[in-house]
Amino acid sequence: MLAYVIRRAVAGVIMLIVMSIVTFALFFASPIDQASFICGKNCSPAQKQQTAAAMGYDDSFINQWWDFAEGVVKGRDYPDDPKLRETAPETIVHCEAPCMGYSRERGDTVTNLIKDTFPVSFSLAVAAFILWIAGGVLLGVTAALKKGSIIDRGLVGLSLIAYAFPTFFVGLILYKFVAIKWGLADIPRYTSIADGGVGGWLSSLALPAITLAVFFMAGYVRMTRSYVIESFQEDYVRTARSKGLPERTVTFKHALRAALTPIVTMAGLDFAGLMGGAIITESVFNYPGMGKLAVRASQDFDLPTTVGLVILLAAFVIAANIIVDLLYAVIDPRVRLG
Amino acid sequence: MGSAAAPLLSVRELEVHFPTSDGLVKAVNGLTFDLEAGKTLGIVGESGSGKSVSSMAIMGLHRGTNAKISGEIVLDGVNLLDISAEEMRKKRGREVSMIFQDPLSAMHPYYTVGNQIAEAYRVHNDVSKKVAKQRAVEMLERVGIPNPDKRVNDYPHQFSGGMRQRAMIAMGLINDPNLLIADEPTTALDVTVQAQILDLLQDLQREFNSAVIIITHDLGVVAEMADDVLVMYAGRAVEHGPCKEILTHPEMPYTWGLLSSVPDLTGDTEARLIPIPGNPPSLLNPPPGCPFHPRCAHRDKVPGDLCRTELPLLVPGQRGETHTKRCHLPNPDAIYATEVLPEIAPDLAAGAAPTRAEEL
Amino acid sequence: MKDEMSDESANAGMVGMAHEMADDRALAARAAGHGAAVAMPGAKPILEVDRLRMYFPVKSPGLFRRTVGQVQAVDGVSFQVAEATSLGLVGESGCGKSTTGRLITRLYKPTGGAIRFEGQDIADAKPAELKPLRREIQMIFQDPYTSLNPRQTVGSIVGAPLAIHKVLPKDKILPRVQELLEIVGLNPEHYNRYPHEFSGGQRQRIGIARALTLQPKLLVADEPVSALDVSIQAQVINLLQDIQNEFGVAFLFIAHDLAIVRHFCPEIAVMYLGKIVEIGDRDSIYSNAHHPYTQALLSAVPDVKQAASGSRIERIRLQGDVPSPIEPPSGCRFRTRCPIAQEICARHEPPLLQIGKRHKVACHFPGRLGQAPREPLTAGLLGVDSEGRPDPGASPSTDLVEQPGYADTWFDLDNKSIGRA
Repeated sequence: MLAYVIRRAVAGVIMLIVMSIVTFALFFASPIDQASFICGKNCSPAQKQQTAAAMGYDDSFINQWWDFAEGVVKGRDYPDDPKLRETAPETIVHCEAPCMGYSRERGDTVTNLIKDTFPVSFSLAVAAFILWIAGGVLLGVTAALKKGSIIDRGLVGLSLIAYAFPTFFVGLILYKFVAIKWGLADIPRYTSIADGGVGGWLSSLALPAITLAVFFMAGYVRMTRSYVIESFQEDYVRTARSKGLPERTVTFKHALRAALTPIVTMAGLDFAGLMGGAIITESVFNYPGMGKLAVRASQDFDLPTTVGLVILLAAFVIAANIIVDLLYAVIDPRVRLG
Repeated sequence: MGSAAAPLLSVRELEVHFPTSDGLVKAVNGLTFDLEAGKTLGIVGESGSGKSVSSMAIMGLHRGTNAKISGEIVLDGVNLLDISAEEMRKKRGREVSMIFQDPLSAMHPYYTVGNQIAEAYRVHNDVSKKVAKQRAVEMLERVGIPNPDKRVNDYPHQFSGGMRQRAMIAMGLINDPNLLIADEPTTALDVTVQAQILDLLQDLQREFNSAVIIITHDLGVVAEMADDVLVMYAGRAVEHGPCKEILTHPEMPYTWGLLSSVPDLTGDTEARLIPIPGNPPSLLNPPPGCPFHPRCAHRDKVPGDLCRTELPLLVPGQRGETHTKRCHLPNPDAIYATEVLPEIAPDLAAGAAPTRAEEL
Repeated sequence: MKDEMSDESANAGMVGMAHEMADDRALAARAAGHGAAVAMPGAKPILEVDRLRMYFPVKSPGLFRRTVGQVQAVDGVSFQVAEATSLGLVGESGCGKSTTGRLITRLYKPTGGAIRFEGQDIADAKPAELKPLRREIQMIFQDPYTSLNPRQTVGSIVGAPLAIHKVLPKDKILPRVQELLEIVGLNPEHYNRYPHEFSGGQRQRIGIARALTLQPKLLVADEPVSALDVSIQAQVINLLQDIQNEFGVAFLFIAHDLAIVRHFCPEIAVMYLGKIVEIGDRDSIYSNAHHPYTQALLSAVPDVKQAASGSRIERIRLQGDVPSPIEPPSGCRFRTRCPIAQEICARHEPPLLQIGKRHKVACHFPGRLGQAPREPLTAGLLGVDSEGRPDPGASPSTDLVEQPGYADTWFDLDNKSIGRA
């Protein structure tokens, strides 16, 4: 088990390294010149070269990546200029390990940027996750158990509608009607637990979490429904009935146990993906999360922030994958890790 | 328990129909048979003949689906089609139980074998988990699982195919049911393991004095196990009688086809197999008249259009009251002796003692 | 000839085909008669398998996944298939018969040994070298439901090999596909239908048509009828026989149904845990089996005729299950379930001895049912005493390497002498 985790973790780290190289390479391959982008419109070639040298952009691709990698391990100074360290140490920003880089546009280390935005995205993802899993699985099971009834058809129809509505539309409707027009909720503004207590934190999350959950919930209702219906066709459910078990035991002990296993996989991966994927919701509600940060970083051609976010999110997905596989081994005795 | 006057199980005019969007699937039609305690009935037929559907009806497993069932299924004096769902549930697994074709998919992969067997005991007996597990160990030992006290904690995938089927049998017999239905119990198993399982079933039947219905497509299995044979085709019984009688003097061309289309271990290898031409009929639109007539090689021996227009009744033929068949042929015995037997068993047809001469 | 029903209408189309293909193979097959092909001593082997081995690695669960063991799925199997005849490969699940079939079609790369097809060893052939081979060796699969792509029409399934191997120009493919459909007894107009529109038996016919497309010389049929209903099995078996007779195709016929194998194959090899325990012509195996496993297999088959006439031979009960092929028993692999095993069986693996003109058996105590010898016959050959301990006085025979095919001389067990052809 431990050996399995270590092996998967090592593979994950290798994957992260490869991803960082690819992200670097994509930026280098793009037609936009970093230095002139920073230097501005009216930049003479000499100024441009100076900027490039100061930022280290004149260095080779490999060296730049290596500096980055070293920074992740050891930490790094920006700018890394010994002369400046002598004369004006206050202008140097030290970025501690693990240093993901320094964003000139934001004027802060990427680590700090992520520290600021991560709690927002994570809170949102957790709240949405709980809503969509609870709602999606419950409604999906209900639909499957009442297969063919009005309840089933209603749920399937509703989930199709919910699935079809774009997130920004749902978000705006909630924002405009529930919060502003009817005043049923506060106008959403992110509040941390430190600022508003648990109650304030939760109520600040309600609308964006619902917005985010609606889309996923719709998918999970349909998925759960089909897994449960499929599971009722299994031979072992027939065996359970032929033993004379009450229908309740057949449903909960035999059919659902097997049906819900694949949902664990889906849920784990969707949760990890959501960490950086709530871009639209964060934008609609103007929440300072990682999704919004990622959009701005790519608009501004902010390489360090982009690389930092890509690696962090990739790490989430990889970790979620490992956790899901471990969970699977716990749930299903046929799965042996090794 | 069943006496000579009233058989343990009595099925009368059983019909199982499934409404579908394409029309009514008539899976079982007018099925009638009796089974006495301690006896074995073999139901033979191909896929879609209605043999599994009728056994599911006896188990009451069509309840809760849209199946339309009529007729009577009287077990120990109680018509199973009249009682409530809850009463039927209490009989399932206690008075009538079932074992299935593929023991791997028939057992839940997430629970131990012991858990699943003990569960079958606890649902009908008010005992603690510990007692039920002890009972499961006893049953596993009875069906020949080595180290049952350890293997009881194994999961189904840790058992071999034969052991899984033994465990299924333990599960089916743990409440000492009067009737055991075995649906293709050895089809998924290797031949030596099949022999073990068939032996085990026979031993246990003797010990528990249960009635057994064995459903199979393999006439060889029926020949070894059954007292009576019921041959089904397109949802109907087409021939029914004592096993030896049916196998030695079959009177229905479909039964002839089943016998002639499988090679055996002693037959003439130069001879060609005689298949039944065509495919089994659709249960949505079964052919008019005798459902077998489109595939029957002997239909022109029946005068007029009878085979095409009129469904033959299941009536005694030329060999006594117990042997019934559903066929218009006036002289099946003669046709079998002169046309069919020489093809499938020339040695028997010649009337001589079996010799190996033609093989050597 | 025998009564032939409507499903045999296929024959009409086949005669036309045969003219194009009329070569030695077809003639040889026709000489063998209309029924099942007969083993022809001296016929040229089209396939020769020599000490074929296939080991699948078993990885350790640790941090570095070392190979800690091997599943010896096929372990030193040798046999020949003569032109235009059939060799049956029987045994229970896990005995390696399907793996052997896949090795011969080179779906797997063997761990060791040789596969000589028309004299050329293909065991180590590279993918590019295999392409022409794929025209000569084709496979028929067990499950007609999963082995056909549901999104392709029957025409494109059957015609695909023609396009891939570029044997025919595009406009000639359809007529050829229709011809093939007719050969296997399907309506040629149905080339544009999809597999799900056909019944199980018809799908198996499609699979057979696909296998026939490139006019192969060898067909590996892996349980070709076991997924079919009884009445349909006979139709497919008859079709395969017709194909063999008309086109002179050789068959490696893999099945667990002993009666069907007996009917179809003049020569049979019985496998147990990756090894051939007995191989011989039909009579040697079915009427004169000398290996206790073959005898047990045969006695376990439920037989309608025997049960009906009451002349059932006593069943040999084999205890337990087949052991794991990862750690097979030492010596003879069957010894853990064998009713006549003795000490030598645990110490030494019995060599595959030729005991008849076309009959080999791998047992220390070979004999007819109930007539097994008391003393191991192999002790002298192996240079050991009767309990398998090294015998300083005896020198082991150096001539025990298992060759495919049969020698002209053999040990005649009945006369305790050397038999000669």
